[in-house]
Amino acid sequence: MSLGVSAGRHLQALVGSLGRLARSPLASFMTVLVIALALALPAALKVFVTNAQAATGNFASAVDVSVFLKTDVPLAKAQQLARAAQQRADVAEVTLIPADKGLEDFKSYSGFGAALAALKENPLPHVLHVRPRAAASSAASLEALRGYFAAWPEVDLVQVDSEWVMRFNAILEVLRRLLLIAAALLGVGVLAVIGNTIRLEIQARRAEIEVIKLVGGSNAYVRRPFLYTGVLYGLCGALIAWGIIALIVTVLGDSVATLARLYGSRYVLTGLAPEEGGALVAAGVVLGWLGAWISAARHLARIEPRA
Amino acid sequence: MILFDKVSKRYGNGREALNNVSFNIHNGEMVFLTGRSGAGKSTVLKLIALLERPTRGAVLVNGRNTQTLKARHIAAFRRRIGVVFQDHKLLADRPVYDNVALPLAVAATPLKEIDKRVRAALDQVGLLGKERSLPLELSVGEQQRVGIARAVVSKPPLLIADEPTGNLDPDLSLEVMRLFRRFQDVGVTVVVATHDLHLVREFGERVITLENGQVHGDPVDPLPSVVASR
Repeated sequence: MSLGVSAGRHLQALVGSLGRLARSPLASFMTVLVIALALALPAALKVFVTNAQAATGNFASAVDVSVFLKTDVPLAKAQQLARAAQQRADVAEVTLIPADKGLEDFKSYSGFGAALAALKENPLPHVLHVRPRAAASSAASLEALRGYFAAWPEVDLVQVDSEWVMRFNAILEVLRRLLLIAAALLGVGVLAVIGNTIRLEIQARRAEIEVIKLVGGSNAYVRRPFLYTGVLYGLCGALIAWGIIALIVTVLGDSVATLARLYGSRYVLTGLAPEEGGALVAAGVVLGWLGAWISAARHLARIEPRA
Repeated sequence: MILFDKVSKRYGNGREALNNVSFNIHNGEMVFLTGRSGAGKSTVLKLIALLERPTRGAVLVNGRNTQTLKARHIAAFRRRIGVVFQDHKLLADRPVYDNVALPLAVAATPLKEIDKRVRAALDQVGLLGKERSLPLELSVGEQQRVGIARAVVSKPPLLIADEPTGNLDPDLSLEVMRLFRRFQDVGVTVVVATHDLHLVREFGERVITLENGQVHGDPVDPLPSVVASR
């Protein structure tokens, strides 16, 4: 069989499969939709995890270590300590908030303005706001940083808000595993849907298959159009799933941006990256082909021509 | 070409369709297979086309022993046999052209060659110009001729027909048989199962008569039993 002839036969089978899908558009669409939803669910979960990770990546690097100095530490000493802290490799930025500035901020934001004004002395200490580098925002690094500051005699208290980062990372890990499980289960679901659709089509075309086998059509020849049908289902389903994800991202984009702005972030929701979308389409095609193959192998072998 | 050596066929339901049947059909022969319904004619044809395998004995077709043929070689084996059915077995949703082209399409024939051969086959059965018709738009006789065109389009060396005139009136039956005769004239081996004895007598070809699953009358060809060990 020459390559040209072989390509022609594949094209023929492909066109035939397209034609059959187009002949029953509603039924084909329903099948494609089910596949699309089954593929869209893990893809949406993936988008969620990716975004949550990116967003908390931003937050994690914004986690401040607050170093409260003892109240009797003079401002000059505080400035010296700030400069020393700035030298550390895991520190991105050190901001010194002098006690006076702290009190002013507290007055204007807390609503205790009048009560605070009655105080004779400023009860607040100088505070160092230390922002770790992004690379040093893991729980262990933050703990090391905390230990470093706590060892200073001038330091009263070091506050690291790392617990919620760990919790969040743990939640993300759970979600990531959930994503894998969902993808596996729904992948099996897609196989079943396509396999069943192909089985019905094989039954509907039983007479034709018998005749084709009778005139010497090989199993591969009989199977080919069903494989193409499966691949088309998978491909269309994956493309629609990609569209659904894009739609979700578009619809949610504004409100997520607003939410992020309220938290002082300029985080923007991202959809599937091209390579992730490509992987989704590839998964759809492979599942379609596999589902059709399994179904065809099982059901075509049983159809033998009867004279 | 076709050799039945002590062939018995028992179906799953216990019915013995053939019992120790032996005959030999040579290349280029035209043979009528007659007998009452249930005598085993259809079973003989099924064994030839490898729709069934013998329970005992050997069936050799085109030099291949059907008993030992591997499943993956069955398709290629069937491509060397043209089969005509009483009920045509045409695909109702495909035009005449596609129906006739089917045996060529499954054999990966180039499209140009398919076009040439389909037209030639339709011309031979007198249906040129009906390419685009659907089978049900044709008369029964025409449908039968489409089935014949499909059986011969790939120029198989062997043509078998199961009651090809069963649904036809005498004139059409004669016409169909003459068609088979013409294929025999160009070297095709033709085996026709029919219970139409008038027709058979008119043609004066070799007749194998089956009765209760056994060969009852076959004047021409006693079996050379050496082939049994092949």
